[in-house]
Amino acid sequence: MLTVLFDGIAYGMVLFVLGCGLSVTMGLMNFVNLAHGAFAMLGGYVAVQAMQRLGLPFLACLPLAFLAAALVGIVLERLIYRPMYAKSHLDQVMFSIGLVFMAVAGTDWLMGSTQQFIRLPAWLQGRFEIAGVGIGRYRLFVIVVCGLLAFSLQWGFAHTRFGSRLRAAVDDARVARGLGIPVNRLFALTFALGCGLAGFGGALGIELMGLDPSFPLKFMIYFLIVVTVGGTSSITGPFFAAMLLGVADVVGKYLVPEIGAFIIYALMVVLLITRPHGLFARARA
Amino acid sequence: MSVALQTFDLVKNFGGITATAHVDFTLAKGARHALIGPNGAGKTTFVNQLTGVLKPSSGRIELMGEDITSLPREARVKRGLARTFQINQLFATMTPLEMIALVTSERLGRGSHPFRALDRDPELVSQTAEILNRFRLDDIVDRTIATLPYGKQRQIEIAAAFAARPSVLLLDEPAAGVPEAERRELMETVAELPGDVSVLLIEHDMDLVFRFATRITVLVNGRVLAEGSPEEMARDPAVRAAYLGEDAHV
Amino acid sequence: MRAESFDSRVRQALHAGRRWHPAEIAFWCLAFAAFLLFPRNLLLLNEIAILALFALSLDLILGYAGIVSLGHAAFLGMGAYAAGLFAKHVGGDPLVGLAVGMGAAGLLGLVTSPLVLRGSDLTRLMITLGVALILFELANSLGSLTGGADGLQGIMMKPVLGLFDFDIFGRTAYLYSLSVLFVLFLIARRVVHSPFGLSLRAVRDNPLRASASGVPNARRLAAAYTLAAAYAGAAGALLAQTTQFVSLDVLDFHRSADLMLVLIIGGAGYLYGGLVGAIAFKLLQDAIASFTPQYWMFWIGLFLVLFVLGGREIIHGAVKAVAGRLATFGKGGVR
Repeated sequence: MLTVLFDGIAYGMVLFVLGCGLSVTMGLMNFVNLAHGAFAMLGGYVAVQAMQRLGLPFLACLPLAFLAAALVGIVLERLIYRPMYAKSHLDQVMFSIGLVFMAVAGTDWLMGSTQQFIRLPAWLQGRFEIAGVGIGRYRLFVIVVCGLLAFSLQWGFAHTRFGSRLRAAVDDARVARGLGIPVNRLFALTFALGCGLAGFGGALGIELMGLDPSFPLKFMIYFLIVVTVGGTSSITGPFFAAMLLGVADVVGKYLVPEIGAFIIYALMVVLLITRPHGLFARARA
Repeated sequence: MSVALQTFDLVKNFGGITATAHVDFTLAKGARHALIGPNGAGKTTFVNQLTGVLKPSSGRIELMGEDITSLPREARVKRGLARTFQINQLFATMTPLEMIALVTSERLGRGSHPFRALDRDPELVSQTAEILNRFRLDDIVDRTIATLPYGKQRQIEIAAAFAARPSVLLLDEPAAGVPEAERRELMETVAELPGDVSVLLIEHDMDLVFRFATRITVLVNGRVLAEGSPEEMARDPAVRAAYLGEDAHV
Repeated sequence: MRAESFDSRVRQALHAGRRWHPAEIAFWCLAFAAFLLFPRNLLLLNEIAILALFALSLDLILGYAGIVSLGHAAFLGMGAYAAGLFAKHVGGDPLVGLAVGMGAAGLLGLVTSPLVLRGSDLTRLMITLGVALILFELANSLGSLTGGADGLQGIMMKPVLGLFDFDIFGRTAYLYSLSVLFVLFLIARRVVHSPFGLSLRAVRDNPLRASASGVPNARRLAAAYTLAAAYAGAAGALLAQTTQFVSLDVLDFHRSADLMLVLIIGGAGYLYGGLVGAIAFKLLQDAIASFTPQYWMFWIGLFLVLFVLGGREIIHGAVKAVAGRLATFGKGGVR
């Protein structure tokens, strides 16, 4: 049971890394980017290709996945995302669904529809036991890496100049602009960072979540739950939301496999009804 | 004196700020009553509680002797309490005709009827026509509201409230933002409202207030500072100090 | 006397909104004439009619009541499974099955309507999406009832009205679906021009003013949502009956997304948007499928992106210009 819980935490950690970029872009520009998962998929495929074609070691592929997704993010933000900020939520949703569809079909065409795998280095394979609890090495690795990442993001958000400007802009973009904060550039950077993190998470998550062209659609709802439940104005909100979701999903599927993903969808609807502004929103207001 | 609308010890807090502080207010039947006060005095907050947009923190509101404190907005309208908004709240894609027809059809209780055609309802047609005529909208019945000049939109705002046939009508700064040229027509409209409708006017324009009102309440910091006839208010030193800004002689 | 004549002017102006335009009559004549004009494409025409009904349903809540939804497939699926299960286990009469499908979907709409009454567009999008996903998972895991991933098989339909048997060319299917679409369209047309329809537009335009005008917003929106759900259920029932099969696909997310595209193409809020959009969408799908069958999704995505980025204004501008010319032409013809 504790092993399952441990797996759930690892899963939640990956969800956090995947989703936190989305929550910041949503909070900053009030923009709904359902295509966020496409960047994660990109990172995943870059990692797979780099390992298989170039023979790079796994650890080198992770930063590569980050860079590739961030780079594509910057370009797309500049070219096609920027005109969308002023449009309605409905338009943004339609637009980003369109991108998802294109990414799914395009990846299918380029890479084929089969499930992708990576071969983990030997030191990350297998599991060991501590006090009767089976612990997967890779899952421990994921928890440590993502935990460090979450911690440094939180620290950067709270203590750096970039972080304080970002917080000001999330709070009130107009006021921030008036204070001379270059909100547009800030957003482009944040968008790239968010995409990069998604790419990183996508590469890290191949082992846990699988990777095939339908990835952005399959996990879209997960990212949305992280964001809507966690709120969009902090790092900690999405973090706890991702943990909750990861544990609920893994434990739920373990205990009652028949009803599958039903639990988390129901959980989301209930949470959205009872706390329409996010689980952690009120504490700050 | 018979009472149209009354509040008892009405309080509204926003976090630590008290926007309405223990207000006991009475609007007489058929009154021409003005509510004035400096910016941020809590006038609109007060009106929003009367009409149910905001929920009071404590206190009670009575319309014609009936407690309406916790009634939903539309139920207050049905009981005869209508309002205009400080910032136009119109149905932008409709024509004035459609907007007035909507209010009339709701008042006649037709609103939930899914099959009846609007033009086959003689009562609806004649009462809609009457309102359009009274508010001099008869030459623009077919234009989309969003394309009309601001003064006309302001006129529709009042017409839509009046079409609910209220016993109490709350006018929240009806002349705000209306250009001088269109102002006269608007003021005439307000002056011509029938005598049996009790009117509460929230206004900044002192000219309009003194011409219209027979009774004035001064609200400052959410509190009733003074109340009386226009002459009394004009003489009252506390009112002059707080509101008219003439504190030089103190 | 003057008031008298103004009354009749008001009456006429109120009547103008629901007067039949010659182009509308021509549209429906063509739709029925298509049965004779395209005898080889009746199966495609049947699909178009069903998609048009589905889009009409979304138009009722999006175009008139202003409720956005990313999960309208929930009602399509509910109607399809209800009608399919009814035909399989109870009886094969199409019209009774249609009523069952509409009733089941309408009930689901009524039950879930409180979820979409409050909140921002974003919350509504999430919640409708969530409800549709829940239904998908339910249909998937209740395999003994729904057939799960294999789909619901063994649906046998009796003849429509006891007279017209379903055939493999889709003759009965098209006329049946089109007739249902036409009748439901007439009802919808009546509804949107009624006091109820006017109050929906009021809530869409300005909820604050609507309630200040005496409109009970929540109740009206719930009624509209229920009605639209029943319409989507009818589309689902037609789908189940004319194909004699229900697969999980009816509840899939892409159904809801496609539907938004249909309404984006056709435009929302004038009832014909869904119908025109459905025709354009299906013809486009058919044309693209003839040279790249498996990457249809890519093209859908591309159209969505281009439409939102600015193509919509261009197309609608062109359509309006043409429609304007047609309208003056039509009026000239009447006089």
